[in-house]
Parts: sequence; C-alpha cells; structure tokens
Amino acid sequence: MSIINFRNVTKEFDGVKVLDDLSFGIEKGEILAIVGPSGTGKSVTLKHIVGLLEPDSGTIDIEGKPHIGYLFQSGALLAWLTVYENIALPLKETTRLKEREIDALVKEALEKVELSDAADKYPSEISGGMQKRAGLARAIVRQADVVLYDEPTSGLDPVTSLHIHQLIRKLNREQGITSVVVTHDIQGALNLADRIMLLKSGRAVEIAKVADFAASGNPEVREFLIAMQGEMQ
Amino acid sequence: MKFVREIGVSGKIGAASVLLFPTVFRSRDSRADFAHQLYKTGISTLPVVTVVSLFIGMILALQVGLELRRFNQEIYLGAAVMISLIREMAPFSCGLCLASCVGSSIAAEIGTMKVNDEIDALKIMGISPVKFLAVPRILALSVMAPLVAFYCCVIGTIGGGIVGSTQLGVDFGQYISSAMSIAEEKDLFVGLVKALVFGNVIGIVAVSEGLGTKLGATGVGKSTQRSVIVSFLLILMLGYMITRLCYQ
Ligand SMILES: Nc1ncnc2c1ncn2[C@@H]1O[C@H](COP(=O)(O)OP(=O)(O)OP(=O)(O)O)[C@@H](O)[C@H]1O
Ligand SMILES: [Mg+2]
Repeated sequence: MSIINFRNVTKEFDGVKVLDDLSFGIEKGEILAIVGPSGTGKSVTLKHIVGLLEPDSGTIDIEGKPHIGYLFQSGALLAWLTVYENIALPLKETTRLKEREIDALVKEALEKVELSDAADKYPSEISGGMQKRAGLARAIVRQADVVLYDEPTSGLDPVTSLHIHQLIRKLNREQGITSVVVTHDIQGALNLADRIMLLKSGRAVEIAKVADFAASGNPEVREFLIAMQGEMQ
Repeated sequence: MKFVREIGVSGKIGAASVLLFPTVFRSRDSRADFAHQLYKTGISTLPVVTVVSLFIGMILALQVGLELRRFNQEIYLGAAVMISLIREMAPFSCGLCLASCVGSSIAAEIGTMKVNDEIDALKIMGISPVKFLAVPRILALSVMAPLVAFYCCVIGTIGGGIVGSTQLGVDFGQYISSAMSIAEEKDLFVGLVKALVFGNVIGIVAVSEGLGTKLGATGVGKSTQRSVIVSFLLILMLGYMITRLCYQ
C-alpha cells in the first residue's frame, strides 16, 4: 500500500524541466533509496513531498496525515542553539507539552542517535557525522512516521556512513518508520534499502526491489551501475 | 515584476511584524530571544553610535559656529546644533548606524540560514520563519531605534558643546541652556517617530533580503549589501517625507 504517491509530477525551473512526468509510489514501512546522477531532481523530489515545492502539474497524494521528518544534507541545525535545544525546538514551538515531557522525549531521541554526551555542545563544536545524527534526532523527535534523508552519508567516512545506515535501518525496523534515502552511495543503497529507484533527468528510469535492480536488464540501470562501480575503484 | 513581488513579500513581513508582535512574549524562550535581540540592537552598537554622534555634533558645531561668529551670534550655537540634531541628524545617523551594524548582520544571519537549509527546516517543523526570526528582530529594531536616536541627540549635543567651548569660546553652560531653550516637544516627538520608522524599515528590509537570498557562494554577500543600500535609500526618502509632513 502506497503512503505517498507521485502522479505525473512535472516541475520546471526557469524553463528547464527538473521533474518530467514523474510517477512512483512509496510503500508504507519500506526503505526506498533514490539514486541518480547529480542535478537530476532528487532533492527536488523530496522537497515536493513536504510541500517546500509545489508541482507545476500532476499530484502528490499522501495517505492520512503522517508526521514527516526531513534530514537535510547539511543537518540544518540552528547555530545559536545547542544540540539539545535544537532537538527540543519543534516540541517547544509546535506542541503544548510540559517542559518535563519535552525533556524526556529529547533525551530519548538523543539516545537513539547515540548523542547524549554532546547534548550541550553547539553545532559548530561537533563533527559532520554528529551534526547529521543531531539533525536525525530532530527529525524523529515528534514521532515521525516518514523520514526523508537527503544524502545522509555524503562527506562522511565509510565507518560513520555505515553507522548512519545502521541507524536508519534500526529506526525503520523498530519503529516502522517509512524511509526515503537519497544517496550517491550505490553500494550502501544496495545493502540498506528494500527498493531502489533510479532517477535520471527527472524521470523514474527504474524502480525495483534491490535484487531485481542489481540484476536489471534496463540499459540505463546497467550504465549507471557500471559508472558507479568505476567511480568506486 | 520581480520588484512588485519583492514589495509584496516585504509588505507581508511588515504586516506580520505588527500583527504578531505579542508572540515574542509567549514563552520564556521567546522572551529571552527578544531580550537578546534588544541587546544586539541597542547595547552592542553603542560604541559606534557614540563615536558617530559625537563627531556629527562636533562637525555641526564647528561649521555653524564659524558662521555665527562672523555675526557675533555664538550664543545661539547650542540652539543651532540642537535643532539640526533633534529634527534630522540624530534619527538619520541612528538609522545609518543601525542599518550598517544591525541590518547587515540580520540579512547575513538569515541569508546564511537560508543557504544552509535552516529556513526550510523550520518550515518543515511547522515553525514560521517570519514569526520565529523576523518578528523579534524587527520589533527589537523598532523599539531600540528611538532610544538610540535620543542617545545620539544627547551625545551629539555634548560633542557640539565641547567644540563650542574649546574652539569657539562659547561657555558650556550657556551652550546647553541655549540648546534646551529651543528644543520643543514636537521636535523630539517627530524625531523619535522618524527613528521608529527607520528602525522598522531597516528590520523589514534586512529580513526580506535575508529570506530572499539566492543559493550559491555570493548569495549572502549580495543580500547583505542590498539590505544596507535599500535601507540607506529608504531612510533618506522617508526622512524627507516625514519632515515634509510635519513641518509645513
Ligand atoms: N529552488 C530552486 N530554484 C531554481 N532551480 C532549482 C531549485 N532547486 C533546484 N533547482 C535546480 O533543479 C535541478 C535539480 O536539483 P536537485 O537539487 O534536485 O538535484 P539533485 O538530484 O539533488 O542533485 P545532487 O545529487 O547534486 O544533490 C538543478 O539543476 C538545480 O539547479
Ligand atoms: Mg540533492
């Protein structure tokens, strides 16, 4: 059952089609990886899901009213707040929870991303990987049903990347968080995801279960896989 | 077309800053943030404001005083300096200081947040950037600008008095009593209203430019620069219009 459904979505920027008649569905509880060359509209796709961008034509149907968390590539933490305050911010600003309840939720989220020790540090005082985990804690603190990850591991070393992937999987398996992961790390995607979508020039070239994707006969998929393998060596 | 849209955005932010001003008092965090903005606007600019207004008072006294001396009218030096300060120069120099010190830093701060996706992150969390970022900053500028202008007036008058007594042989006490005799409540009121308008405009321009920052390396620099230029122009134009309205 699809929880988010793109139907013939088209989006142009300054006359250039970034999403071109894009149709695909995101299944409830799955991890969907979106891969593709740079500038093909992966981030734009995610921004349509949360309403930061509106399609020129086509529709995006969202089943029910899921809480959607968003992990930005940069982490997008507010520089003048500590890690703790950043995570508490959405609760303080958008709920009527008491201070004590907020504290409990924030500490729980910090524990989930293994960042309890850095709670009182400012974003500039922690590493890139820690910033991403803090961003992730902020994305899930309001009990997210869906989390969108925009390149959660880019710029991180392989060990930290693996750690983040494990975290994404844990949240998915333990809390049933539907996860959409945009990534350049095709090997990571093959290990992490249930399904993979290849986006090229704003079109879904292929969307398939991981095993089927790896064995796909689609020439564009093969070309992409070979190019990525070349890059890794 | 783009210009019209920008005016629309600024208008919306301006309206929000008026309608939403009670929200800065809604919680302990927002009150603390507002206090911090007041501090940044008022207190942290004091050194610059002090030097600027001191020298403006000194320059005014020197220019006017030399003319007055030709006619043996130095006793009116205080009045001449005070009139130009209270009506024009104090709100004007306060506006320029706030635009270049505070407005530019707000535009850069919010512009950087835009480029780092922090603005989008706020929106996704259901937090309005206008309510959360714009309103406390604009309100702080509107509240502080009249106070800063008043301070400019005081310091400028003292600066003029120093020049008067050291260079032009005007007794300081006589200078001050001349200055006080001319200052009317209306002048003070109009001057402070002018400063309030300037503060408000500087805030709206800075926030609008910050939020409108284009992605890319030069985006933040551009919007910072634009916020200062647009504020300067508006301060001059609005200053003239208010003077025109109030002194017919
Ligand atoms: N707000 C915007 N205004 C104008 N153009 C935009 C905007 N957002 C994205 N674009 C353009 O849309 C295209 C796709 O951008 P997008 O960020 O989705 O790429 P991407 O697939 O995420 O690439 P990358 O892997 O490099 O992050 C790019 O050419 C980009 O310049
Ligand atoms: Mg991207």
